[in-house]
Amino acid sequence: MGNLDTNSLFLLVAILAPLVAGTVLLFGARFSQTTIRAVAAFGFAWPLIIGLLLYSLFEPSLVGEYNFELRLPTGLESIGIYLHLGLNGISMPLFLLAGTVGLAAGLYAMYSNADRPHLYLALLLFMLGGLMGTFASVDVFFFYFFHEFALIPTFLMIGMWGGAGRRGAAIEMTVYLTLGALLSLLGLIALYVQSGADSFSLVELRNYLSAQPLSETVQNNIFALLLFGFGILVSLFPFHSWAPKGYAVAPTGAAMLHAGVLKKFGLYGLLQIAGPLLPAGGEHWFSWIVWLALGNILFIGLVTMAQKDLKMMLGYSSVMHMGYAFLGLACFSVVGAGGALLLMVAHGLSVALLFMLSTCIYHRSQTFDLSAMGGLASKAPALAACFVAGSMASIGLPGFGNFWGEFTIFAALAETELTRWIVVPAAIGIIISAIYGLRAVANIFFGQPKGDFADRLESGQITDLQGFEKLPAGILIAGLVLIGIFPRIFSDDANRELVEMYPQEQSNLPVIHSAVLPTQVDAHKEVTH
Amino acid sequence: MNELLIEFLSGFTATNEWAAILPEILLGVLALGLLGAEMALPRSQQTRWIPRLAVWGQVIVLVLAFTCAGCCSFDQREYFSGLIAQNDVTQLMRGFFLLSSLAVCYLGKVYFVRQSALPKTEFYALVLIISAAMMLLVQSAHFVMLFVALETVTVAFYVLVAYNRRSQFSLEAGLKYLILGALSSGILLFGIVLLYGIAGSPELVASSHDSLNYTQLMHFVIPNMDNLIVKIGALLVIAGVCFKIGAVPFQIWVPDVYQGAPTPVTAYLAVASKAAGFIVLIQLVSGPFFGLQDFLVPVLSVIAAATILFGNIAAVTQRNVKRLMGLSGIAHAGYLLLGVVALMRGVDWAVYAVIFYLFTYLLASFAVFGVMSLSAAADDAIQELDHYQNFARKHPFLGGVLACGLGSLAGIPPLGGFIGKLFLFVAAFQASLYGLLIIAVIGVVISIYYYFGWIRESYFSAPSTEVVNEAACPSTAGDRFLLGAFTVASVVVGLLPAALPIIR
Repeated sequence: MGNLDTNSLFLLVAILAPLVAGTVLLFGARFSQTTIRAVAAFGFAWPLIIGLLLYSLFEPSLVGEYNFELRLPTGLESIGIYLHLGLNGISMPLFLLAGTVGLAAGLYAMYSNADRPHLYLALLLFMLGGLMGTFASVDVFFFYFFHEFALIPTFLMIGMWGGAGRRGAAIEMTVYLTLGALLSLLGLIALYVQSGADSFSLVELRNYLSAQPLSETVQNNIFALLLFGFGILVSLFPFHSWAPKGYAVAPTGAAMLHAGVLKKFGLYGLLQIAGPLLPAGGEHWFSWIVWLALGNILFIGLVTMAQKDLKMMLGYSSVMHMGYAFLGLACFSVVGAGGALLLMVAHGLSVALLFMLSTCIYHRSQTFDLSAMGGLASKAPALAACFVAGSMASIGLPGFGNFWGEFTIFAALAETELTRWIVVPAAIGIIISAIYGLRAVANIFFGQPKGDFADRLESGQITDLQGFEKLPAGILIAGLVLIGIFPRIFSDDANRELVEMYPQEQSNLPVIHSAVLPTQVDAHKEVTH
Repeated sequence: MNELLIEFLSGFTATNEWAAILPEILLGVLALGLLGAEMALPRSQQTRWIPRLAVWGQVIVLVLAFTCAGCCSFDQREYFSGLIAQNDVTQLMRGFFLLSSLAVCYLGKVYFVRQSALPKTEFYALVLIISAAMMLLVQSAHFVMLFVALETVTVAFYVLVAYNRRSQFSLEAGLKYLILGALSSGILLFGIVLLYGIAGSPELVASSHDSLNYTQLMHFVIPNMDNLIVKIGALLVIAGVCFKIGAVPFQIWVPDVYQGAPTPVTAYLAVASKAAGFIVLIQLVSGPFFGLQDFLVPVLSVIAAATILFGNIAAVTQRNVKRLMGLSGIAHAGYLLLGVVALMRGVDWAVYAVIFYLFTYLLASFAVFGVMSLSAAADDAIQELDHYQNFARKHPFLGGVLACGLGSLAGIPPLGGFIGKLFLFVAAFQASLYGLLIIAVIGVVISIYYYFGWIRESYFSAPSTEVVNEAACPSTAGDRFLLGAFTVASVVVGLLPAALPIIR
């Protein structure tokens, strides 16, 4: 409780601002359009502003502890639960990711013509508030609580504003995700009970478990609960079937926030909680993670190639890319975990961008069928440029954040004899993603327009990106490029933290360290200072 | 004036044992007063004044029960030579029963708007009597007291379930409840008699003259825990209680009775009657049957697992929402049994986890039953899921209340039901009930399907042209206030569990 500083109140504001704005909008059926937008903008802007502010105030020397700590009782103290907020090197990037994608999704949603806009924006704001809380929680219970809190608006938004087949998809997604969430909740309660820490605080759990690690069997069992619980939430193969269907019918804002940010919850949990606290469990389940992740990459990769529907393709591709993050995690090394973290952030930005642009394309083509489009670039060059940028990022081209993530994960895999072979199938996955990504670009934007779409193109109804579409796209692309050029803005703090959490006696650590941060980046860094 | 009254009462209570059960006595007087008022008031005034008298009378009793020294002691105390024992649990449950009978009276008022041909006064009088009897039931520390209180509750419920005598469903429900209720009372009584007989036998160690007293029986059971008759007697008593809480395999009456009974009575059965059963069960297993843990833990574990699975799986296919609430209520009984088993395995605070869960269940259930009462058509027993198509678009407020209530029942953050489940799960974990926990998780996942299926009907249906149920839901400001209060309370308890100061 000692180090409560005023900055920690900003954390609380970042969570509460969207919630308050959302509550106001909930009763805003009679508000004018301007009022609704103003209230929504208030809620969407604060998390990112505060995120950037806190990033600038971030104290990197506090390794192993949390910045901006805040600890409030809520009535669950008897079982060791406090509303304990704070940020460390691992949660900071995700906190910023949530703020960025939230602002982009919010800006786009504010100008989309949804039925009952006040309700739509209110739910989106609730979701954002939950997300900010998830990544700002030090208490593992509240970490879970905020995630579930963000999940319910997703369900409602899919059900109320989703496309065809939304009723089934919404229920399937909710049942699946509840199963995953409850399994991970059991895992977290098990950690609480077994550790004897009498606290759900991650700091205390870490202190207790590093002093007295749990027996191997217990670790294996708890790790299994967390792995499969979180795995379902991250659409780990073969628990992925909810994701493509859900995303295909979800309204844009929900898809952006869920695929971009909320889905990272599970990976974040494995990275921040399961990996460091249960090292023996991680070792035990290592081969499972690898094989299932390869299932994501190769099997889902091939399924993605077979998709004819743009949104289904994007949904599957987001499932596929999670495989790389799992591979990074499976190394349980500083480098692998760091790569997974970078990939999570970059993938969050790129997938949100692509989901948003796919709706922009739909508004122009009235179809998601890839084979029924073509030649759109001639009429909408900016849209084409943004979509190409998103696809390239998603494939992992240098210059975008995803590259560093995937590159680092490959480096981590190549590190030991045990994992070196995985590089080959994983690299095949990159080729697969290049094939479907480029084919989608070619089908939509180039070549001869087909059928009805040709008539629409001719008749001049099709416009390029509007201002309200350009702004969120610009924000997301800027984020991707920024991480692509300066991965260091996140990786430095994360590395310091990860070295503490994943103690490794490997002598080659410094070598890899320099691989994460190539020399040209150092050069840039010097210029900026 | 108020202070004077309290002063008088506290002086009175210091010297008189009857003061300990003052709230119950007042409820009884109020019930009789209502019957008197019916005779005194002209017919035209009855509809206006009798519900008000019932509601405000209970509010006064509620305030009194928690402010007046002497009848609100949280310490462990015994009265009437051990017939009645009061502690913090019974005090909390007094509040619980008063709150639920208040809500039931209010729902009754809503119900009688549509069923105006039915007699009204008896309904309120019976609800009050049940409330008083349930309060005595959880305070009883003697099997005679237990049985008398339980029978008062049950007999009054026979009448209430069959209250809508024009409806075949209601009559059928009444008959089923009567037959199975009588059977369960018989089983319970037989168990009590067996225990009485064996505990009074001078051949056995620690035999007692007053063997129906909980404490005496506990001292007898501990050294005689391997005695077959003791085991059979305990099992029969537990079976009788399991009828009341609707645990498998004694759940058979639940769907039909819940469907046929008037909606306020269904709510009363679902919330208060179940809660009373659980508190009695807890008092039995931690009191007289304390020595039988090795024998009862496996039995109750199996019952809990079967109850969770049966309730959830059976609810999936239901289209009638009253039956759905009944079957899902069985599932909730299963989760609560988890807490009881945890308590028997030595996790003492599990009793508060159970009470916390009961309170969140009360808040959520009355919100849902309130919406059901308001949106019911002329025939109260036929409330189908299809009637809720597009409900939220027509009635945004009631739709929101329904969604929050169902979400809380499903155990979704940030609603109270989630915190309730959390406490139960943590308690079960501390008692190492891993198998039961997995079954509970499976049950919760199944329950998502039907609870969210209901929300789906009300929110996600396309605006339909055909009007299925145009009962118009004439909700008054008072209805909205009450339902809004239940919903806000659910949210507040979910966000700030300290608002419900049960677990300290």
